[in-house]
Amino acid sequence: MSTTLLLVQTLNGLQFGIILFLIAAGLTLVFGVMDFINLAHGVQYMVGAYFAAMFSAYTGSFVAGLALALPAALAFGLLLEVLVFRHLYDRDHLDQVLATFGVILFLNQGVKAVWGAAPLFVPMPSALSGSIELMSGLLYPVYRLAIIAAGLGVGLLLYALVHHTRAGMLVRAGATNAPMVSALGVDIRRLFMIVFGFGAMLAGFAGVMVAPILSVEPGMGDNILILAFVVIVIGGIGSIRGAFLAALLIGLVDTLGRSLMPNILRLALDPSMASQTGRAVAPMLIYILMAAVLFFRPTGLFPVKR
Amino acid sequence: MSGALLREEIGTGDAAPRPAAALRRHVPLMLLFLTLALAPLVARFGGESYVLSLLLRVMIFGIAAMSLDLILGYGALISFGHAAFLGLGAYGVGILMSHGFDGAFLQLAAALTASALFALVTGAISLRTKGVYFIMITLAFGQMLYFLATSLAAYGGDDGMTLPRKSLVFGTRILEQPFVFYYLVLACLLGTYLLCCAIVASRFGRVLRGTRENPVRMQAIGFGPFAYQLTAYVIAGTLCGLSGFLLANQTEFVSPAFMTWQRSGELIVMVILGGMGTLHGAIVGAAAFVLLEEGLSRITELWKMIFGPMLVLVVLFARGGILGFFRRGGRG
Amino acid sequence: MAEALLRLDRLRKAYGALVVTDDVNLEVLPGELHAVIGPNGAGKTTLIHQISGLAAPDAGRILFEGEDITRLAMHERVRRGLARSFQITSILPGFSALENVALAVQARSGSSFRFFGDASEEPTLNEPAMKFLDTVSLAPRAHLPAGLLSHGEKRQLELAIALATEPKLLLLDEPLAGTGHEESVRVVAMLRGLKGRYSLMLIEHDMDAVFALADRVSVLVYGRVIATGRAEEVRANAEVRSAYLGEEA
Repeated sequence: MSTTLLLVQTLNGLQFGIILFLIAAGLTLVFGVMDFINLAHGVQYMVGAYFAAMFSAYTGSFVAGLALALPAALAFGLLLEVLVFRHLYDRDHLDQVLATFGVILFLNQGVKAVWGAAPLFVPMPSALSGSIELMSGLLYPVYRLAIIAAGLGVGLLLYALVHHTRAGMLVRAGATNAPMVSALGVDIRRLFMIVFGFGAMLAGFAGVMVAPILSVEPGMGDNILILAFVVIVIGGIGSIRGAFLAALLIGLVDTLGRSLMPNILRLALDPSMASQTGRAVAPMLIYILMAAVLFFRPTGLFPVKR
Repeated sequence: MSGALLREEIGTGDAAPRPAAALRRHVPLMLLFLTLALAPLVARFGGESYVLSLLLRVMIFGIAAMSLDLILGYGALISFGHAAFLGLGAYGVGILMSHGFDGAFLQLAAALTASALFALVTGAISLRTKGVYFIMITLAFGQMLYFLATSLAAYGGDDGMTLPRKSLVFGTRILEQPFVFYYLVLACLLGTYLLCCAIVASRFGRVLRGTRENPVRMQAIGFGPFAYQLTAYVIAGTLCGLSGFLLANQTEFVSPAFMTWQRSGELIVMVILGGMGTLHGAIVGAAAFVLLEEGLSRITELWKMIFGPMLVLVVLFARGGILGFFRRGGRG
Repeated sequence: MAEALLRLDRLRKAYGALVVTDDVNLEVLPGELHAVIGPNGAGKTTLIHQISGLAAPDAGRILFEGEDITRLAMHERVRRGLARSFQITSILPGFSALENVALAVQARSGSSFRFFGDASEEPTLNEPAMKFLDTVSLAPRAHLPAGLLSHGEKRQLELAIALATEPKLLLLDEPLAGTGHEESVRVVAMLRGLKGRYSLMLIEHDMDAVFALADRVSVLVYGRVIATGRAEEVRANAEVRSAYLGEEA
């Protein structure tokens, strides 16, 4: 395998990790602050992608589509919060799992009913299409670089918000000790709504960003939700920093694992055997990684004290 | 579904159905098994194999849901990866058959052993964690197996594989007789039920139930929860492997779709629908789920758009499942 | 002097900057009733948590019958004969009173990895359990779900459970907390009955009861033991009077 290909895969891994981070960030905050396990977080990502498809087709511009999809994703998340989720905050985890599972079933079929079962494709903004030569012989799609940049930007913004604003201070305090925060006289319901809406919007943003490079289809949020779970479990529930590092780690391990595993195995096995085993083992790598992390650190790499 | 429900169940003092007493007390339960036992005879006159295959699904998922109830209802362990064992059992049949090993006993032994080993390893890791971590980790391990199955090109990959026939018993095709297979599944269901009842009432089961109610108290009288929870997890996984073995034989098909995380969610739904921590509720829940799926999907292809909100409403307003609903109704 | 049953050796625990257990040395002798008293916030409950294994100390050692048990899990300490009761009653509410105790008997008698046979009908478990219930005068309520017992009865049950683990040392966390006058008289009588038959370490806020019962008293203030001795010695100790008794008077 050439160095160039390795670099390309590393960048792909970073880009995947960034998307994972955008989804995991909301999930980990919502869980950390509200003790609420939201399986329906993945459908927020899916709905974001669908909004992007709809609005960019309607306006004929990806940027306008993005600008409309974000508030729509936020509004949609808040609608779900008011209708369903807020009645679940003081329920036990099993109730939360069941009800949000019901929401997934509904929305996965719902998008099929509205937009049809066939995948939608979102055209890439022309300014960001094409590739750029990063170094001699290394061409990389501009759009994927834009995702990395946008994700890093959002990550920095999130860091600033959580660490340098009053709401962020409350969020951090809430993740450590929620009763204390409500004892301070904070309107906890409003705080929950803000955190929830913000998380929904981040997931929606991730959905919008991937719309031009993936097909937009029902159920697209399900598998990535599980990866986001793996991320926050490894990172430590409630920790933004943990989610960021774990998301990059998972993105890299998964992407590089899939392309490198057959090559590594070729050292020990014959080529056809190696490529078969490699393809079978590669998708399991991140779960093995998770198991290993949890074996030594049952509360993840950056546990939030509670 | 909730602490409140559990307390209601146990408050009546019959938390642990006993093998003999359960049969004596629960006339409705006997009726349930009787109905299942007589159904083929009735269906024979109507000639409806459709009804039988529906009932087979109910019973097979009943076994799976009951095995989940053992850890969910009696151990308060919210496993969201239980369908993995369904898949392990099914692939135990499929993989061996594709290599020419057609014997039912060998396949069953492989299915159960694989399920037990997977439960032992993943349980040992998952049970080091608690609460929501446990939910997510079991989910992830289930997903790991799903992806493994999709990448096994030799065994059908994404598409799964069609089995050439049902398993052979002593070289005969006796399982292909519809009634023989039907009563075999019924016997497995009854056996699983009696086994689970015995376990729940036993010394072991009492420790498990105690750990569900108050793990700190259990440690304070000298029980470390881990070994008991892990044992329960292995038993539940093995029993679910049995239902996977039966499922593969019923459908003569094996596919990664058997172990999607949605399937794990459906198993939880079955347990909750029937009433958690009752064992026989799992059968009722499986029946309710299979019949709902069947009925709703006749109305509309988008039946999940009805089922999803129903689930939300059940959680928000109707705790205690179907059995709980009737029990409350019975009390006035 | 007899060898201590329980010895705390410079035990230390802090939550952030707040030191709740400050180099505590303490000994409980076989057969004695040793009371630890202190005002609210003195670190009494944290201390009992560390001894029983519910919280881990930052430094120091806990020796039980000469064995270092500092790092042992709670259930392993119980198996060595170190039982505790909880201040906030901690029973299995869905189980009958008898079953609560029978589980503790079960923990002591043979393996619990038995998957057949109805545990609730094993005389080898139920008979001893009934005996312990009788010790705390709760036998008439044996078949009631424990969650339905009165507060005082739950304390009695709590004690029966602890006794059923056949402890060498019984740690009691404020057995009088939250009991009314009548109940507290009953609990004190019960403790008096246990004294001499078991080694007891009692953590308590109610001093009158403590001075009447205890062989020796240790006074804990802000995480430190400021005095240990017989009841009348401690009562006479000047430091104790100013730190604790004074503020009560």
